[in-house]
Amino acid sequence: MATLRQEYNQSKIHPQKFALWIAIGAIIMMFAAFTSAYIVRRAAGNWLEFKLPDIFMVNTAVILLSSITIQLSYSGFKSGKEKRYKGMLIATFILGLLFLVLQYKGWEALTELGATFTVNPSSSFIYVISGLHAAHILGGIAALIVALTHAYVLPYKPTLRRKQRFELVVQYWHFVDILWVYLMVFFMIQS
Amino acid sequence: MEHVNTVAETLEDKLTHDLGYDDHFHEHHEGDKFQSNFLTKYIFSTDHKMIARQFLITGIFWAFIGAMMSIVFRLQLGFPEADLAWLRPILGKWIVVNEAGIGKLDAEFYYSLVTMHGTILVFFVLTAGLSGTFANLLIPLQIGARDMASPLLNAFSYWFFFLAGVVMFISLFLSTGPFSGGWTAYPPLSALPQASDGSGAGMTMWIVSMSLFVVSSLLGGINYITTILNLRTKGMNMWRMPLPMWALLVTAILGVLSFPVLLSGVLLLMFDRSLGTSFYLSEIVVGGQILDRIGGSPILFQHLFWFLGHPEVYIIILPAMGIVSEVLSVHSRKPIFGYTAMIFSILAIGFLAFIVWAHHMFMSGVNPFISNFFVIFTLIIAVPSAVKVFNWIGTIYGSNFRFNSASLFSVGFVSMFISGGLTGIFLGNSAIDIPLHDTYFVVAHFHIVMGIAAFFGMFAGVYHWFPKMFSRYMNETLGKIHFWGTIIGAYAIFWPMHYTGMAGVPRRYYDGGASFDAFRHFQDLNQFITVAAILVFFLQVLFMVNFFYSIFSGKKLTTKNPWGANTLEWTTPIVTGHGNWPGNIPTVQRWAYDYAKDGEEFIPQYVPLKEGEHDMGAGH
Repeated sequence: MATLRQEYNQSKIHPQKFALWIAIGAIIMMFAAFTSAYIVRRAAGNWLEFKLPDIFMVNTAVILLSSITIQLSYSGFKSGKEKRYKGMLIATFILGLLFLVLQYKGWEALTELGATFTVNPSSSFIYVISGLHAAHILGGIAALIVALTHAYVLPYKPTLRRKQRFELVVQYWHFVDILWVYLMVFFMIQS
Repeated sequence: MEHVNTVAETLEDKLTHDLGYDDHFHEHHEGDKFQSNFLTKYIFSTDHKMIARQFLITGIFWAFIGAMMSIVFRLQLGFPEADLAWLRPILGKWIVVNEAGIGKLDAEFYYSLVTMHGTILVFFVLTAGLSGTFANLLIPLQIGARDMASPLLNAFSYWFFFLAGVVMFISLFLSTGPFSGGWTAYPPLSALPQASDGSGAGMTMWIVSMSLFVVSSLLGGINYITTILNLRTKGMNMWRMPLPMWALLVTAILGVLSFPVLLSGVLLLMFDRSLGTSFYLSEIVVGGQILDRIGGSPILFQHLFWFLGHPEVYIIILPAMGIVSEVLSVHSRKPIFGYTAMIFSILAIGFLAFIVWAHHMFMSGVNPFISNFFVIFTLIIAVPSAVKVFNWIGTIYGSNFRFNSASLFSVGFVSMFISGGLTGIFLGNSAIDIPLHDTYFVVAHFHIVMGIAAFFGMFAGVYHWFPKMFSRYMNETLGKIHFWGTIIGAYAIFWPMHYTGMAGVPRRYYDGGASFDAFRHFQDLNQFITVAAILVFFLQVLFMVNFFYSIFSGKKLTTKNPWGANTLEWTTPIVTGHGNWPGNIPTVQRWAYDYAKDGEEFIPQYVPLKEGEHDMGAGH
């Protein structure tokens, strides 16, 4: 992303990071719309109740763990521990992929329960919301691939520019993690 | 009128040079390297000024298409017996010729025209064409930045809009016609492909186009907010910003918070259409066939749609308000009246925009208790709106007003905003909305308050900043003909609709309600409206001729600051290159509205405060 930066910047935050925060705000609004649609639709009745398969809990643990690993990688990057930086980044990447695989398994488990995509809006919502979240994870994985390329192709140099770029990835990855935790808590309260 | 003599210009150069600061832009920046050939300069440009021009010209193209559609359906409403066979070369099979050789507009296509007119005007013209143009042009120039925070995303914003337009344009040529269920796309008409001709491929393309449009708006909005909050020049604090900046900032925030909700709603619609879910569909029978969709709620879509849809009307009107505030102050040669109140009323409107959406749904069976809540907040919007109107009038009052195209259109905006705003108070009351809903009263209300008013704001902006965009002037005589004809014509179109609406004539009827005995005597009025609409259409063609002629052959600009304005965009060279200022970026010493102060006609923002002089910006 080509960015014009001005030497004189009144705020302390980098414009790209600020822009990412606004984008996160937009994504939050999208999921807020889905979850409030869920509440409104549920209140209208004709709602099939079922228990979310346990695999979704395992998934939550995986994504939480990935947040820890990316944070470790980031602190490793800053403090010059190159090995930890690279290793933990790879771990995050693998955990991210694992999350997607488990998500797919979760949908399979839902289908086995009889809660298929079209049987009732209650299950349709789960597929749509978690599917859209998975799409955002996919975006995060794309960002992780960029970060991995930086880590393995470029020589290790913790410059300000590289730090800022890496921070964007970390910020986004934490966000999709927290978003998932919110969605899980929401589903648990609702069911 | 040339308001700046050479002495002042020399002084200006001295001031901007001595008081600017060097951001090392020209030392290590790529500069014009990427803008060297025709393709990179005019087509795939990342320069905010070029992107603004792209948005404007694309917007004008769509305005032309949308206006032509309205002429066709106005012909149907005003002259239902007329022979439209002469339209066959353009509309083809949508003009059905009977045995007697009389051509009639296809009824189904009438609905497509109305739907497309709404979609195109609301989203492509008054959202992208208005805020896309002026956010791009003005934000970096007025806050003193080299370009947007991310010029690349900015270019993407335009190209997503362009793609959305391409998809929508192609849908016009489908054999089943474009979507015909109204611009609000309510299910079940939008959710069941078999519901009507336009609900099939037309609706699918409508969804794809709108999704692309949402992406465009988000990329633009994120950029605008980041740029205004992060890239202001030295001294340009929030309370010194020109009012268009405040308006565009709040507009962008509204867009970023509400467009994703539309995307969610449309996504669920897509699943209902294509994958068999039933978010919006309940027990439903189509063509004698019982569908297996159960348990959905069409009202849910209305909530999601209007959660965007209502802020959307402020996304349309706020930029126009910002433009008008600036233009009125400059051409009144007076400071804007109540600068601080203007800012807080913009913020108040922005906040209230999010908690009034259900006033579009009084008749959809929502709980009357909930309606009360929405009635109250809707009526409260009249307060900040009235503050703004009062301040605009206060700005003009007792001024040495310059009558030119830009300032006339600003005054026209205020007139339209008052007229349309007053009927808003009628419709905001759920009790009065019940008899008036879905009548021509509603059509008159929203066309005046957000259609015509926003167009007037846009025209004011185009006439005022045309010299900045194209280094030439538009023709003033044609501009004034354009103004007087349009304001008289627009009232002639929409004023009578209030009466037909109060009499109960329903909107969206192919025959304009003529099938009811009670409404047949409005036929003359309908003819009058149609004739006025055709005249106004030709005046807009006149504007387009003026616009495109002036780009190439208008009177050349000979001074940087033709209007004698204070804001920073008028300190850039007449032909403004990449990076906006050839040398240092000017710093800001005062607010933007020091007109007629201390014996000076105007004091630009870069002029330092004199000893003992106080800055007049908010909070001082």
